[in-house]
Amino acid sequence: MSMQASSPPASTPLTLESPGARAWRRLKARPSALVALGVIVLLIAMAVFAPLIAPYDPIKQNYLLVRKAPSWLHWMGTDEVGRDLLARVIWGARASLSAGVISVGIALLIGVPLGLIAGYRGGWTDALISRFTDAMLACPFLILAIALAAFLGPSLGNAMIAIGITATPIFVRLTRGQTLAIKTEDYIEAARAVGNPVHRIALRHILPNVLPSLLVQATLTVATAIIAEASLSFLGLGQQPPLPSWGSMLNAAQRFLTNAPWMAVWPGLAIFVSVICFNLLGDGLRDALDPRSK
Amino acid sequence: MFTLISKRLIQLLPTVFFVSVIIFSLQHLLPGDPAMIMAGEDNDPAVIAQIRAQYHLDQPIPVQYLFWIKGVLSGNLGESMRLKVAVSELVTTKLPVTLQLAVMAMIIALVIGVGLGILSAVYKGRALDSLVNVLGLIGISTPNFWLGIMLIFLFSVELGWLPASGYVSPFEDFWQSMRTTIMPAFVLGNAIAGVLMRHTRGAMLQALSSDYVRTARAKGLLERVVVIKHAMRNALTPVITLGALEFGTLLSGAVLTEQIFTIPGFGKLIVDAVFNRDYAVVQGVVLVTASTYILLNLLADIGYILVNPRLRD
Repeated sequence: MSMQASSPPASTPLTLESPGARAWRRLKARPSALVALGVIVLLIAMAVFAPLIAPYDPIKQNYLLVRKAPSWLHWMGTDEVGRDLLARVIWGARASLSAGVISVGIALLIGVPLGLIAGYRGGWTDALISRFTDAMLACPFLILAIALAAFLGPSLGNAMIAIGITATPIFVRLTRGQTLAIKTEDYIEAARAVGNPVHRIALRHILPNVLPSLLVQATLTVATAIIAEASLSFLGLGQQPPLPSWGSMLNAAQRFLTNAPWMAVWPGLAIFVSVICFNLLGDGLRDALDPRSK
Repeated sequence: MFTLISKRLIQLLPTVFFVSVIIFSLQHLLPGDPAMIMAGEDNDPAVIAQIRAQYHLDQPIPVQYLFWIKGVLSGNLGESMRLKVAVSELVTTKLPVTLQLAVMAMIIALVIGVGLGILSAVYKGRALDSLVNVLGLIGISTPNFWLGIMLIFLFSVELGWLPASGYVSPFEDFWQSMRTTIMPAFVLGNAIAGVLMRHTRGAMLQALSSDYVRTARAKGLLERVVVIKHAMRNALTPVITLGALEFGTLLSGAVLTEQIFTIPGFGKLIVDAVFNRDYAVVQGVVLVTASTYILLNLLADIGYILVNPRLRD
């Protein structure tokens, strides 16, 4: 085998592709992830522009329209107090998506610094943070979220905090593991040798290398958080009535399955579509950001 | 091997300690004075003072923790404020119901997840593989409470085949018990089946491309024998271990599933306790689920050491 380096053909310019551009090129090659990204953008737009696109007021009751089947006037039908289901599904996207994103934001905000500290400092600090993380992971996710939400009090904000705290250990563990692997690299040694302070090494040299894994995990955790928020709202521990949320809509629908099954179909479908899209995008990002994939 | 198991046991001690600290801390998240919350509408200062003394709330927090952990270690998880029954008694009554559901769910998850995972790996890149992958993704992404409601609509409301709610113990009437638990067990097993399917597929693909499978094929063995006797046996060990770890997911899922199907198990116990502000019960349920998870984790580790000769040395 020849060890000689072959030069590129004269006609092909030698260009260096940035990691972001490479990831985007790889992601574009995965149609399922692209479709999922498109649907997520649509869902976000639906949540942001809910006041403009919702055909009716989501909380206005009309006792002349109680439990009406889907029709041209009410595409998804109406609920037990005559509210338009399409309007409630559109407004419900706000609660679900914001809960998904904000709770993951809370988990990142607490988990990443703790993981960086544990991985970089090692010793007792690492042992303490890691054992605490193990303890939190030992408590089943939803049960801990329910317990926290119950103790904090029922509201959407507290549900987000509960889900965020419960999701934190995943990010601590991930960041710690990556930091452990990265801190032994030569460029970190070099950064240390030239006298960079610890926080600069952590933020400027280690964190950017942990970001791809965090992005994948955060996308997948948004899916888990959306289900968790819907579960807490279903139990009455999340969004409080009359404000709409997909989980609380399903709770109400359960009582009217015999004569208004459509009430259960749409909010459930909305949760399912959002969750499957975040899962598909997470899987796609994992492949796109994996240095081993071409 | 004994040293390895002892090491794992010692490593678990700090985890168990932190779990107890987390669960003990839950009651301190309550806004306001816990004694006044426990007293409920009864705001007689004498009653509040008695509660404060009974639960050692007048002591510093580390002392309160010591009293609490001493009680827990002697099997005293406190008393339900609403039912006036020991939490340990409630747990021992409700846990078998959830365990029955969990075992049935795990059987369903293993049959569907492992079966489809093997098929997907054997037919890699073909239409069946794609179909199984889509099914796995749907399984993982379907909220189990929605699936439960849809199954009730189909099998109870529309077809009238199965009861929509209720529970019958298998010791009373086995078939009726199966009729009341098959839908919730399927709902619970569904999400885990998706996870197991993905892991089985991965493990089988790795096993099918290994040297010993190539050797078995070169010896002229039937493909069925190669898959079942050689690849599957090795691929399934980590999958079964993962199955044990997924038990925590089952307990989480049971909370909503039992609520939908009105099954008087562990999940319904915690939800009822949350709404009745019965905090000792909430703490007790979290403690038992976390302990069960830690124990299963340990058993999975030991099982892994036992079946993997390289780890025994």
